[in-house]
Amino acid sequence: MHYCPGCGHGTTHRLVAEVIDEMGIQDKTIGIAPVGCAVLAYNYFDVDMQEAAHGRAPALATAVKRLMPEKFVFTYQGDGDLAAIGTAETVHAINRGEKFVIIFINNGIYGMTGGQMAPTTLEGMPTSTSPYGRELDLMGNPLKITELVANLPGAYFVTRQSVHTPANVRKAKKAIKQAFENQAKGHGTSFVEIVSNCNSGWKLTPIKANEWMEQNMFPFYPLGDIKVDGKLVK
Amino acid sequence: MMKELRLMKGNEALAEAAIRYGADGYFGYPITPQSEVIEYLMAERPERRTGMVVLQAESEVAAINMVYGGAACGKRVMTSSSSPGVSLKMEGVSYIAGAELPCLVANIQRGGPGLGTIQPSQADYFQATKGGGHGDYRMIVLAPASVQEMSDFVSLGFDLAFKYRNPAMILSDGVIGQMMEKVELQPQRARRTEEEIIQECPWATTGKPATRGHNIITSLELDPGRQEKFNLKLQKKYKEIERNEVRYEEINCDDADYILVAFGSSARICQKAMDIARAEGIKVGLLRPITLWPFPYKPIKTLAQHAKGFLVVELNAGQMIEDVQLAVAEKVKVEHFGRYGGIIPAPGEVLEALKSKVIGG
Repeated sequence: MHYCPGCGHGTTHRLVAEVIDEMGIQDKTIGIAPVGCAVLAYNYFDVDMQEAAHGRAPALATAVKRLMPEKFVFTYQGDGDLAAIGTAETVHAINRGEKFVIIFINNGIYGMTGGQMAPTTLEGMPTSTSPYGRELDLMGNPLKITELVANLPGAYFVTRQSVHTPANVRKAKKAIKQAFENQAKGHGTSFVEIVSNCNSGWKLTPIKANEWMEQNMFPFYPLGDIKVDGKLVK
Repeated sequence: MMKELRLMKGNEALAEAAIRYGADGYFGYPITPQSEVIEYLMAERPERRTGMVVLQAESEVAAINMVYGGAACGKRVMTSSSSPGVSLKMEGVSYIAGAELPCLVANIQRGGPGLGTIQPSQADYFQATKGGGHGDYRMIVLAPASVQEMSDFVSLGFDLAFKYRNPAMILSDGVIGQMMEKVELQPQRARRTEEEIIQECPWATTGKPATRGHNIITSLELDPGRQEKFNLKLQKKYKEIERNEVRYEEINCDDADYILVAFGSSARICQKAMDIARAEGIKVGLLRPITLWPFPYKPIKTLAQHAKGFLVVELNAGQMIEDVQLAVAEKVKVEHFGRYGGIIPAPGEVLEALKSKVIGG
């Protein structure tokens, strides 16, 4: 794998692949890879895969699922892909209630291009394009896209998880499985955010990165279910 | 079997032809002067007639990427738009060309640049034939000059797209899209079954059975050596298309002293200009490129052996004339006559331009 040691992508990939195996749907699954760190995700899943233009994975997935409704379709996207350049496709696909799974990796930074500011970069967080930290009056606010899409009627299941401890990995897997099972039942969009680290982009060791994530990312992006069975969690 | 004749708008004929061809999906976004395509499709309920999927996307960008997703599954999918919307689609077309996917894109051109006008134009010739999107790629470009061809080129476009795994474009304009003519409709074809798609498109992402490796649809290759090899493979394909697929129409060219070269709606105007000229005793012929890429260089080169001059007539400031000049190679005079911004010239204006710029000039 081309991912940096300590990165959460590898674990998340494995969870998606385990769910596909456990459900016995390898021959019926089509995955859509994004532009970003997961651009090469198609190399790691032994299912048919498409590589999308930056931000457009939900448009591809919309067509694939509508043209082949009996297949299982998932997109795997980072924060820049899903919540900046691809915001329109994300919002409208979910608002239409497209019946596929979105796996959303939020590490608050553009990892692949070398650590630039992302739509989800926290206030004060330094990146290569916010070298003195994100200044809200200059650079705008971090976008809670997950809370935003949870309010759309087409969203059936929206949850935020992490994969930085064994306990969290188990919870994240349960959520991903739930998302694919929702698709099997023909429900609307299932959206699983994984708050993840980017030790290279954050310039921290893997362990320090996980600590920083717990202290800074989780208070702003709290873990847990946001919408279950089409109903917002109170 | 009785011929099925109907009086239709060009845009409607295109939409009806898509259903009858057995297209699997259409993804579009409204823009004048082509909105009748999706309006017609929505009114026809193709999901009941054939099971065809029709979806109004949130943008032109989303629509072309839906086409990418569908084409990657081996489905017959298409989109249509008009000039400003087609500009938005060009990124997607480049990805589709880079991933070697077959699809059909229709451009019912209007005047530009920018938001321009909603009136007809042919100012997207360069965009369609010379690139439009980024990277070394080519699109097969068909230019209909009648409502009949708006219908016929749907099947031709899809057939060529699948033959070469390449995007094909119908480059039409607001005249052909909006005018009504008699059209002979093609009989309804069945949409392909999943088994037929797997057989025709073994590369498609249809779900990986245990009997093969996984199919990957991508335009990414980080290794420059491998990317250059891929570029060479594309160029080889384009050469093959140039050898096999040039299409054009010649009218009265055998004895002609002067040749009008025009495509689409301009060719219709030129046909009338030619008739008037012939009635006046001026021997005028018309060469109408049907494929704008690959371009009919050879027949124009041949005509330049005995013709005294060429007038290229386009609804733009001079785009196709560059290809005509390449073919004529300064053997005889090549002049241009164009109106822009949605203005359509009368046949008399074309004849006047021929007299002043080519015959007398």
